[in-house]
Formats: sequence, structure tokens, C-alpha cells
Amino acid sequence: MPPEDITKVQELIYTTPVESVMAKDVIVADLSMTMVQVKQLMREKRISGMPVVDGDRMVGIISISDLIKALENGLIDRPVVELMTTNVQTVFKDSYVAEVVNSLGPRGFGRIPVLDRDGRLVGIVTTGTVIQNLLRQMDISFKKKEEEKLQKYRASHIFDDIVSDDTCLVLRFVVNDKDFDNAGKASSQIKKSLQRLGMQPALVRRVSVAVYEAEINLVIHTDVGGEMIARIRRDRIQISAVDHGPGIEDVEQVLKPGFSTAPQWIRDMGFGAGMGLANIKRCSDSMRLLSEFGGGTRLDILFLLRDHPVGPLSVSGKNS
Amino acid sequence: MTIKEIAEILEGVILVNSHPPDEDVPRGGAADLMSDVLAFGTEGMVLMTGLTNPQVVRTAEMAGVSVVVLVRDKKPAVETIELARESGITLIRTGYTMFEACGRLYKAGLAGRGPVKIENGSW
Ligand SMILES: Nc1ncnc2c1ncn2[C@@H]1O[C@H](COP(=O)(O)OP(=O)(O)O)[C@@H](O)[C@H]1O
Ligand SMILES: [Mg+2]
Repeated sequence: MPPEDITKVQELIYTTPVESVMAKDVIVADLSMTMVQVKQLMREKRISGMPVVDGDRMVGIISISDLIKALENGLIDRPVVELMTTNVQTVFKDSYVAEVVNSLGPRGFGRIPVLDRDGRLVGIVTTGTVIQNLLRQMDISFKKKEEEKLQKYRASHIFDDIVSDDTCLVLRFVVNDKDFDNAGKASSQIKKSLQRLGMQPALVRRVSVAVYEAEINLVIHTDVGGEMIARIRRDRIQISAVDHGPGIEDVEQVLKPGFSTAPQWIRDMGFGAGMGLANIKRCSDSMRLLSEFGGGTRLDILFLLRDHPVGPLSVSGKNS
Repeated sequence: MTIKEIAEILEGVILVNSHPPDEDVPRGGAADLMSDVLAFGTEGMVLMTGLTNPQVVRTAEMAGVSVVVLVRDKKPAVETIELARESGITLIRTGYTMFEACGRLYKAGLAGRGPVKIENGSW
């Protein structure tokens, strides 16, 4: 086992409560049983020992070696209370696994009953239940780590392998006006690309919302469609939505939340609340709207990846 | 609350099943305005809506919404169902109105996202 895994096991042993590594359905012998009945139960359930209970109180423990002794000495018809071990090591369910690992195993006990703080029997731990549960937890944390690694690999991959003074990934999409069947396709592609690049989910969400609002504006408000361009660099994402008409008469006015020129049929589809540009502004690090009435419109949106750049910022870009 | 529980509480029909039935849905919301969904949508949430066009699904996808509930037993277009399948959105139809669908889920313990203010840089 590599050293980091050993520390992981140690960490788990000292942080995992017994409760989460115990078997909850404890097979028990009632104190009224005879050794014959205990033998039967052990064979049936294929177990080598069990607690002896009086209601929900544990009064002792009986194991296969006690049974062998009873057979050897002709005591097999005696009640279990006469042959059980009464001095039983137990553990509280909120104790850590570290407390029991050393007492279990070939030189210790085969099983240790688990009690709650009121002394009720709530479970049992064996080497088997401990190993099974710790392995599962290690597997979960291993998988999580692997996923993260893969994401990071994908992310740094392109900007590490393709080196230049200014590496930039450009995605370009044509957006048709009034084409609601395809509206959002460009945004969907951009979202998927950012995910594959291993970008932070929170950032992906912000970009997705902004691009989608921008794309819908091209669909709704232009008469000739336009294009969406995403420029992805190591430390920033720039989105541009560009069209050739009809342009905006009063840029100040359209930036006000709630202002919209969308016709009723567009509103019936759930669009045209006048919140698009406000949403974009809120999601992004900066937004710039340029327009010429009768000409075209250009919307530039910037996202900075300063907290989580794509891969290490080892290569210095000359400019941008 | 799991997707299975949501469908049961709404006595709904799962039209598109893109998630495991025991997947946890942390929050719910309702809107007929797509920009509202984009403004308050949170990762993995369930959205109640009266709209049935494919854009509802697209908007859900972009906002990170996992489950879309179509209220008042509205039948979605074939394109809506196809897009849901393609983009991994779970689609449920219920006979309840928007008000009652939300009320039933909220009463059963599904959280909302609390007061929302639109501000610049509020992410
Ligand atoms: N590309 C564009 N071309 C022309 N007008 C636009 C464009 N984008 C936005 N607008 C104008 O800005 C207004 C506000 O846009 P927005 O905030 O996205 O709200 P909505 O799209 O709901 O109307 C629109 O109603 C429209 O008049
Ligand atoms: Mg808009």
C-alpha cells in the first residue's frame, strides 16, 4: 500500500464511528435457550458466536469454542446462561473504530457487541464488517479523487500541450433569427465544451446563463440572425454576440431591468421579460453593449478565471 | 426529496426519466418566465412550469435544473420530450395546478431558495 493510502486508513480509523462499521441485524441467543438450540442457531445462520440477551440487555456472549467445550463435557443439554462468557468486552456505538481494531482478530475477539449509551445492544463488529466498510469508504474517496484528477487533466491538457505566447480556443456558432427549434443549441455546446475543459461547475453555470440570454436575444430581437463567438483562454472567457440589425435605438434604456420590446407571441413562449441583459451583467465580470440603430449590435461578455485558471499559469502570455 | 417522491406527491407521470429515481433534489421553484428560471435556478433543482415548448427544457439545461414538472396536465410537444431525453432532463407531468404542485412539495419539506435579489456580481 502506498504511504498516502496508509495515512488514509489511519485517518478513517480515527474518524469513523463504530456505528457505521457495525452489522445492525444482530443474531442473538435468548437466555432461556439450551446449548442444543444455540448449536442449531449457529449452524442455521452460519455464525461462530453471538450475544446472549435478556430482552434488549446483553447478559453474555456464547461462541463456538464454548459449544465445543459443552460437547466434550456432556453439557450440551444445559441452558446457555451456564456456559456463556459473562465478562464481555463491548464498545459504544459513538466510539471510533480505532478503539476496537486492536481487540479484534485472531489473537483477540472474533466479535465485539456494540451498545448505545443506555446499554442497549444495537450492533456487532467483526473484522469482516470493519474491513468491508472501510474499504467502501476508501473506494468512494478514491473515485472522487480520480474524477477530480481526470477533470484537472482534461483542463490543463490543452493549454499545457499547445503552447504559444497567447493560446486561445475559439468556438463560433451561427444563430438564426426566429429559429426557436435551434435556439439555445450554441449555448448548450458552449456549456458542454467548458465542462469537458474541466471548468468549475459554478463558473460553467454563470457562463451558460449569460450565453443563453445572449443567444436568445439574437433569435428574438434581430431580423437577420447573428453569431456567437466564445474565446477561451487559460485565464478568461470572452463571449461575443454579434448581429447586423436592426440595432438598438437607446442603449441606456434597454439595459434597465424589465425593459423589453418583445412582442406578445414571444412573451407567450416565456421570453421577453426584459431581464436578459440584467442577468448577463449579474453573471459576468464585465459586459459591454455596443449598437448602432439601423446598423448592428455587439455584446461582449467577460469572465475572469482568476481563482480557478485552466491549468497552472506557468506560461506567460505576452499580451492579450 | 427524491425524484420518485416528487412524482408520488404530485401523483404525476414521469415522461422522461433521465435520473435515478432516488436522486436527491435539493430545491424547487416555479416560473413561466424563462429569465426568472435563469435568474433563480440552482443546480439540481425541480422547476414547476406551465410552459411546454422545447425552450423550457433548453432553459432548464442552461440553468442547471434537473427536473421539469409540467403542471395542469399539459401535454408537451414531441420536440420537448426529445430534447429532454437528449439533454438529460427528467420530465414529469402532473394534474395539479402550479399553486397546488408547489404547495404539495413545499408542505412535504422541499425547500425553495429564499429571497432573491437581482444585483450585479451577486453570484
Ligand atoms: N441583438 C439585439 N438587437 C436589437 N435589440 C436588442 C438586442 N438585444 C437586446 N435588444 C433590446 O434590448 C431589450 C432588452 O433585452 P433583454 O434584457 O435581453 O430583455 P428581453 O430579451 O426579455 O426583451 C430587448 O427587448 C430589445 O429591445
Ligand atoms: Mg433577452
